[in-house]
Amino acid sequence: MASKVVNDFSIIVGTVNGSGSSTANNTILRALFKMGIPVSGKNLFPSNIQGLPTWYTIRISKDGFTARRDEQEIVVAMNPASFARDLASVVPGGAFFYADDIKQPITRADIAAYPMPVKQIVKSDPNVPSDYRDLVGNMVYVGVLATMLGISLDAIQAALNFHFKGKQKPIDMNFNTVKAAAEWAKANLEKKDPFHVEAMNKTEGMIMADGNTAAAIGSIFGGIQFAAWYPITPASSLAESLNEYLPELRKREDGKHTYAVVQAEDELAAIGMAIGAGWSGLRSMTSTSGPGLSLMTEFAGLAYYTEVPIVVWDVQRIGPSTGLPTRTSQGDLTFVNFMGHGDTQQIILLPGNVNECFEFGWRAFDVAEHMQTPVFVLSDLDMGMNQWMSRPFEYPKTPMDRGKVIWEQDLEELKGNWGRYLDKDGDGVPYRTVPGNKSPLSAYFTRGTGHDEYAKYSEEAPVWHRNMERLKKKYNTARAYVPKPVLHPMKGATVGIIGFGSTEAAILEAQHQLAAEHNIKADFLRVRAVPFTKEIEAFIKQYDEVFVVEMDRDGQLNQLLTIEYPEHAMRFKSVAFGDGMPASARWVREGILAKFETVKPSAAKKAAKTAAAARPALNKAEASRKEAKLKKTATKTKPAGKTSKGKKQEANRSR
Amino acid sequence: MATTLPMAGTTAQVNLAGLAKNDYRGAPTTLCQGCGHNSIANQIISALFEMNVVPENVVKFSGIGCSSKSPTYFLNRSFGFNGLHGRMPSVATGALFGDQFLKGIGVSGDGDSASIGMGQFKHIVRRNVNMVYIIENNGVYGLTKGQFSATAEVGLKLKKQGTNEYMPVDICMEALASNATFVARSFAGNPKQVKELLKAALSHNGLAVLDIVSPCVTFNNQDTAFHSYTWGKDHEEPLHNITYVAPRNEIILEEEMKEGEVREVTMHDGSVVILKNLDKDYNPTSRFEALRVMEEAERNGWLVTGLLYVDTSKPSLTEMYNLVDAPLNRLGDADLRPAPDMMDKVNALMF
Ligand SMILES: Cc1ncc(C[n+]2csc(CCOP(=O)(O)OP(=O)(O)O)c2C)c(N)n1
Ligand code: SF4
Ligand SMILES: [Mg+2]
Repeated sequence: MASKVVNDFSIIVGTVNGSGSSTANNTILRALFKMGIPVSGKNLFPSNIQGLPTWYTIRISKDGFTARRDEQEIVVAMNPASFARDLASVVPGGAFFYADDIKQPITRADIAAYPMPVKQIVKSDPNVPSDYRDLVGNMVYVGVLATMLGISLDAIQAALNFHFKGKQKPIDMNFNTVKAAAEWAKANLEKKDPFHVEAMNKTEGMIMADGNTAAAIGSIFGGIQFAAWYPITPASSLAESLNEYLPELRKREDGKHTYAVVQAEDELAAIGMAIGAGWSGLRSMTSTSGPGLSLMTEFAGLAYYTEVPIVVWDVQRIGPSTGLPTRTSQGDLTFVNFMGHGDTQQIILLPGNVNECFEFGWRAFDVAEHMQTPVFVLSDLDMGMNQWMSRPFEYPKTPMDRGKVIWEQDLEELKGNWGRYLDKDGDGVPYRTVPGNKSPLSAYFTRGTGHDEYAKYSEEAPVWHRNMERLKKKYNTARAYVPKPVLHPMKGATVGIIGFGSTEAAILEAQHQLAAEHNIKADFLRVRAVPFTKEIEAFIKQYDEVFVVEMDRDGQLNQLLTIEYPEHAMRFKSVAFGDGMPASARWVREGILAKFETVKPSAAKKAAKTAAAARPALNKAEASRKEAKLKKTATKTKPAGKTSKGKKQEANRSR
Repeated sequence: MATTLPMAGTTAQVNLAGLAKNDYRGAPTTLCQGCGHNSIANQIISALFEMNVVPENVVKFSGIGCSSKSPTYFLNRSFGFNGLHGRMPSVATGALFGDQFLKGIGVSGDGDSASIGMGQFKHIVRRNVNMVYIIENNGVYGLTKGQFSATAEVGLKLKKQGTNEYMPVDICMEALASNATFVARSFAGNPKQVKELLKAALSHNGLAVLDIVSPCVTFNNQDTAFHSYTWGKDHEEPLHNITYVAPRNEIILEEEMKEGEVREVTMHDGSVVILKNLDKDYNPTSRFEALRVMEEAERNGWLVTGLLYVDTSKPSLTEMYNLVDAPLNRLGDADLRPAPDMMDKVNALMF
């Protein structure tokens, strides 16, 4: 047996969709988390309610890397339909646990194979009703893994307690099966693989949550007053979480409600309602995914042009069209950026983890109301629906920013000197009134047609042009108000990486691997909003090569950066890939190596060896030219950029 | 805000809200002269003035079309939202949550509501949003220059368009099928009835559908066309003479009351709608009756007008949500953001 591997491997469980395995999988995940071991869990599920194969992967990483891995050391096979495929997927030297009623040959000698008498163990417990046997059967692999890997039974019980919200009957039923299976394994299986878990203290103070729940709770702490939505995977659980948490978190003594959630007839109506509510002064939102977003387009343009604050959460799935409804992507970025015909420009927030889903849940309302415009928050299926370790949510430090809303008294003081679209402050953001204002001076007529500063219909060319220029000015004002990027620096970095959203975990791991294994040192900047803030250009200017990493086919962030910074276009190297799977460090690393060109004396030799096959060979002349160029920028730009701007960016990490 | 002063030598007539009729007007119309939509806008102004409605308590909505331009031509002092083609209902639904004490008045067209907006129309009806929903029905798309709409009758011939081959949509039928709580039909050529129905609709607690045949003099006013002035005048069959009696105005009430031929409907606000039956004994609280009368009219080629159906027992949308006593849009941090100690509780819930 190979030497012991502790807290550094992956598990994948193959089951039948709808068989109730999610309780078992979440129990393992939470138990490991309880043991203080950094973990992540990802549900790789089909678009189906019952019957098709489904997988759940768990990454266990003492170093805290939580991205999906392509390799699985431990495979649990509960599904006859995917048995052969599951067996083939075990890495050499790995372990294979399978339900022994699946009568298929074990064709591999390079792994440890363990049969599990699932049916027999479940049947032996008289307290499990026959119609619960399949469900509880999943607890058998929980128990067997507990013994074979060393997962604490106390931690498993704590996880079950949480899952069943303290309800004793189901807790007991499931835990008894876990215990029976654990004992059976102790008595009957001999450990032949090297994989173990051991308690650590690396999850202390952390919580575990999914991005959709975090977004909903964040919205509630943001004072949400209205939401309209239409069911769609993977966004539904966001609105459903609003319904779950609002009654508790916004409970009042008089039992009355300060909010309304409406399930609309479609996404068109959902955004229409949200716009109506935003227009009338409510903190208003909708949540959807690709197909629903497409339906919302005409309204998105209307809200931009009429300057109505709303928040739209787009929990991205892979498209075009219906696409793969249960697979993740970052492919909506350019669509949302331009969402609406004519010269539409939308503000986008890009949370990169569950904690930021919470933060942007409330912050998005501030941005929308401050800027009087729609704010799109782009999450994705991986972040939205999977469980992630996270720093605890932090109470908003600033009061709600309701923007420039004026009421009866303000109008009296202004003595009628007010126009809905009048740029009084020179920042492009006008003052607005909302229905219900009782001053006879308050009303105005909102229209998607051309209008002047006083909201009056106008077809005059200069009026149109002036208004559109003001909207541009407003968009530029937003640059100082949207979240700044987060810098993950690397000492001695010679290249940059830019990414956004849920790829953070994979990029961080790749950043580490590139330095450790290829001697390529890269600073990593995670963009958190469009329009881009000034820190982004400062970052780009420091490197000849900036790898733009994203989960889509066409390199959409790369496109937006190129449009924004044409003078830096030659620095960008697009590392874009989309197949529906959450990013792994391997594809980020290989994607970067394939495009890596900078020849640095120290990095050159090592990088050349490892990445030779992947990248075009550089001729000598070109290489020396690049080297010279790099030296120049290194001495000219680097120190200044690194000391002043680099520090500032680092300070943003905690924002 | 342009306020028109009364002419020298006249006393400005003010209503109980202390407002003159001018306070209910909007910008001058830009629609064609003789367009039915103009006459409806004038009746909206009169109805609101006579009902002493404070303009700040009304919000106007519309979609896109000639008809949907109308909200600019009345109630300058009210907020208005001219949204997207066919999407007035969703915007109104959301907007009226902002302040649940406001009344909505929406003006749409037959294209806006019966074609592109049919889905939203039926859903706002079933949600019983607190607003008057007027469809200015001319059987054509006026603003895009005279194409057939979904309410055009079979066989209608229009210049450039040829002959309409499809069966028409009946807006009142659609409303009833969607469980509307107030359905009325009228004709722009009968301004008195339009006004009285508007008043009844404004007193209704919920969604009031008013399907008003409103001829397009430019694209669909041939004497034989269903949505023309001539045809309407010749074929109108009012179900009753309708009189609206404001709350606690007992004098008129007694005067109008006549046993046997009178039906009364008491509205949510205490006002009474008196329906003086003509030749038929019609009961507007029966859905079955409403459907029968519409079917009968269709077979006989009548334009049946009046209050077809009303149900005053259903709550409006915002009432179903059990909202706080203050308008939602007046709430601040104290009411909207959970207290800091809730943060720890939430984090504890997250495992
Ligand atoms: C999405 C969209 N499609 C098409 C149009 C063009 N359009 C404007 S008004 C109109 C028809 C209006 O007909 P109706 O609602 O009956 O109003 P009318 O002008 O007859 O009063 C159309 C098709 C539009 N504005 N938006
Ligand atoms: S085109 Fe027809 S509907 Fe439009 S304003 Fe003229 S008469 Fe009215
Ligand atoms: Mg029309």
